[in-house]
Amino acid sequence: MAEGKLADPIGLPLDRVDGHLKVTGRATYAFEYATQGGAAYGVIVPAAVAKGRVVAVDVRDAESAPGVLLVLTKDNAPPQSPWGPVDLPDRFARAEPALDSDEVRYFGFPVAFVVAETFEQATAAAALVRVRYESLPAEYDLRAAGPSAEDPGHISDGTPADSSVGDFEAAFATAPVKIEAIYTTPYQNQAPMEPHATMAVWDGQMLTVHTSAQLTTSPQEGLARTFNMPKENVRIITRYVGGGFGSKLPFYVDATLAAIGARIIRRPVKLAMTRPQLFHMTTHRTASAQRLRLGADRNGRLTAYGQDALVQCARFDSYTEPVCGAARMLYAAPNRLTRHRLAKLDLPRSDSMRAPGDAIGLLALECAMDELADALGLDPVDLRLRNDTEIDPERHMPFASRHLAEALRQGAARFGWDKRVAKPASVRDGRWLIGLGVASAIRADALRSATARARLERDGRLTVELAMTDIGTGTYTILTQVAAEAMELPVDRVTVRLGDTRFPPTDGSGGSFGAATSGAAVYAACRKLNAGLALGITEAEGSVTPADLDDTYAHAGFGAHFAEAAVHRDTGEVRVRRMLGVFAAGRILNAKTARSQMIGGMTWGIGSALIEENHVDPRYGSFVNQDLASYHVAVNADVGALDVMFLDEADPHGSPLGSKGVGELGICGAGAAVINAIHNATGARIRDMPATPDKLLARLEALDA
Amino acid sequence: MKPFRYERASSLASACASATEPTAKFIAGGTNLLDLMKLQIETPTHLVDIGPLPLAEIEETAEGGLRIGARVTNSALAADMRVRRRYPVLSQAILAGASTQLRNKATTGGNLLQRTRCPYFYDTTKPCNKRMPGSGCAALGGLNRMNAVIGVSDDCIAAHGSDMAVAMAALDARVETVAADGATRIIPIDALYRPPGDTPHIETVLAPGELIQSVVLPPPPPGRQLYRKVRDRASFAFALVSVAVVVACEDDRVRAARVAFGGISYKPWRSAEAEAALIGATVTRASFDAAGHAALRNARGYGYNDFKIPLARRTLRAALADATGVI
Repeated sequence: MAEGKLADPIGLPLDRVDGHLKVTGRATYAFEYATQGGAAYGVIVPAAVAKGRVVAVDVRDAESAPGVLLVLTKDNAPPQSPWGPVDLPDRFARAEPALDSDEVRYFGFPVAFVVAETFEQATAAAALVRVRYESLPAEYDLRAAGPSAEDPGHISDGTPADSSVGDFEAAFATAPVKIEAIYTTPYQNQAPMEPHATMAVWDGQMLTVHTSAQLTTSPQEGLARTFNMPKENVRIITRYVGGGFGSKLPFYVDATLAAIGARIIRRPVKLAMTRPQLFHMTTHRTASAQRLRLGADRNGRLTAYGQDALVQCARFDSYTEPVCGAARMLYAAPNRLTRHRLAKLDLPRSDSMRAPGDAIGLLALECAMDELADALGLDPVDLRLRNDTEIDPERHMPFASRHLAEALRQGAARFGWDKRVAKPASVRDGRWLIGLGVASAIRADALRSATARARLERDGRLTVELAMTDIGTGTYTILTQVAAEAMELPVDRVTVRLGDTRFPPTDGSGGSFGAATSGAAVYAACRKLNAGLALGITEAEGSVTPADLDDTYAHAGFGAHFAEAAVHRDTGEVRVRRMLGVFAAGRILNAKTARSQMIGGMTWGIGSALIEENHVDPRYGSFVNQDLASYHVAVNADVGALDVMFLDEADPHGSPLGSKGVGELGICGAGAAVINAIHNATGARIRDMPATPDKLLARLEALDA
Repeated sequence: MKPFRYERASSLASACASATEPTAKFIAGGTNLLDLMKLQIETPTHLVDIGPLPLAEIEETAEGGLRIGARVTNSALAADMRVRRRYPVLSQAILAGASTQLRNKATTGGNLLQRTRCPYFYDTTKPCNKRMPGSGCAALGGLNRMNAVIGVSDDCIAAHGSDMAVAMAALDARVETVAADGATRIIPIDALYRPPGDTPHIETVLAPGELIQSVVLPPPPPGRQLYRKVRDRASFAFALVSVAVVVACEDDRVRAARVAFGGISYKPWRSAEAEAALIGATVTRASFDAAGHAALRNARGYGYNDFKIPLARRTLRAALADATGVI
């Protein structure tokens, strides 16, 4: 092996250090752990009604089925802490009891749990559990619940539900040019490739939980709370995660039930939720109805800027999707009003899904900006440039760095925006109508808490340990690069170990803060170790906290999306032929994994615009699509040529490494660029997402005439 | 999944004899049946695997057509050079369905007999007359966006999901079967499926133990062949609507036409009305539109699927225009 340091490994397009393990099947996921003694298999029995009470459970046939070791119901489940508390500051550390009462809170709610020698035996026995229910009156319909929706006080990012600057109503009433429109976005499910899965092992009073999670310390605390045990006695191991997208921020009954089952049968128990179960037993992205009211002067400067959002959470929960978060920072306007209203329904829990709030808030806002550009007769890029601001317009503090205008300008040049014909339905290619669309991207940036440990081994290799997770984003790889640079070592001399609560605590992966936060902790630990080497020190810890981000500045990543859409003139099929995302996201830690994140986000944006939706059947309170044959996400064939460009951005007031989040910025605004391209192609203004072919037929019939 | 007996067929006769019990099922690729068994929608006590039977050949017929063995995979059928040259609409239809992995396993006979993808058929907590006779139809007043608009009943509005069968319907394919007593019969593909009426759980005219041996394609009809499928995403999704057309023109008039739709009925929907409207009509979009109106005169939407009626008409127009070169 060549000695000597690799020059500045941060930023290089290093291949994933765990890539080989993954493609050869040797990266061990939660369900794949085997233990001595052999694990038994658990299967959950979900409720067949959405709101009600379990009157009786007949387990006789299930208990006598071949291989069955345990059938657990409300009648024999051990005592646990009640769910919550709902107002716990870390909502992902709430107690998550299972089978602790006769209450059914939503469709698919667990009502029994079967453990058997094999998965097949447990599945067969689960089907023999007979449950009698009493159904109770319930509300499932978001729009119908709108008039009685409540003011939640705060939204899930901790800011107030309402924000107001100046006098919006007066300014909107007198604005010379204005638009008002209702946009709706559908329920969405994260649908990660790896289902939520756990294997639980007890050793005396010590509980080890192999689980698929984005966080480590929160489920550790939450399970301890559930079982009233010291959190030091709970160990979470989550080395590899097959996608989370927010759905693995909370932990679920798979962890609770595996732990209970393992305790009772005195053997490890493993279980994975089935794909249909995932749609109800885990969280989803709320549907939304959003009223956009934009007023401008004749020069295209916003004078009144309003967004009202109606969102759903579970009856017993408090999660409020921060739909208007982006609107509060994106454009200047002297008179502003944003409001969130929350409908508590008898549906499964809503919570974070990739770019919670911003993904759907920008989908509506950036389409409304296109409507305003239309009303003004202004180019949509120009309208956005005219409303750019160096000052956070609601908190009145400067942005640490903001390159929205550069992203729009450079993107327009690279994409060929000057060839766009402003009049809709002007450009044709055979039977396809062609249009171009643009949208701005913004995602607020945060720094959270993390500690990392760095140790120089006797053979000269460096080991870095922290209770961070790699949810498929490339965390192992970027932390390897950060450690190598800080220690002035080649990257192949560095081993990063993640996903274990025996390592120093971190706030995990979520909200795009993972790389900046854990990267800063690793950098601090390694610099400390590097400085101490001369003194004989071989191990050091380093930490980062939210206070390491200068809070006299507003922090966000920015970008611009450009899309070319083709709409078939007969059938209404939409194809995204090409798309460009230009991003200013601070210092890029790995050019390859960062680009992959952006491509992933843009692909999700295409899905949100064209394809992805679930429906609640208001008669039953259940989602209609319960498998991946009916719940459609974008596939390769839906994605045209994607181009990603990063602007060089130094942020002296930003995170310690100068990096910003990239996991969510790519989806922010991406769908709106596609919807705006459809308008340019056809003249159809789609306000109810997604833009499936049926929604375009009326406009196409009009074009025929 | 419930425990079941598994038997590998040793001969056609023994396979059919084994499968005459009402709770027995044939299995070939299993791409649909195994999914349904895992959900306990299908609960056979006895599976007869026809994998060992010699039904995987494609051969020429004396009349100049092709005989396709029931076990020929969708991939093999779509790739067959004779199919691609003489029956391109069939190759196109197969490749518009499912994914490569599924097509590698799925067979010709199994594809014809696949069950509906109605979400309420799949959700065993909901009423469904097809899954549980007499329980009601949840799709009727529900999210029926993917359901049928023609030929169905108030007891069941499920749509058939096959693309392959739509092309076969346009090609006048015939299904050859053999029964436990050795009797064989030939069923036109259009007569294979039973309308739902008030017995939507009975989907075909096949008797217990009656096995599809092969599908025979008559010599290709004159004209250009084309399959056009519209779906919610570009790949790996069932049709909102699809259409198979075979159309021959002479002197700017349609001389011969075959039209079959997918995604709108309980079976591949061959439209005699559209064909009659097309014969002798001018080769124009207006004529094609009129044919679509004729085809869908008796169609009825159920709310969320109302759009399928104009979409089917427009898709037929697009397919005929592409096949005839109308700009």
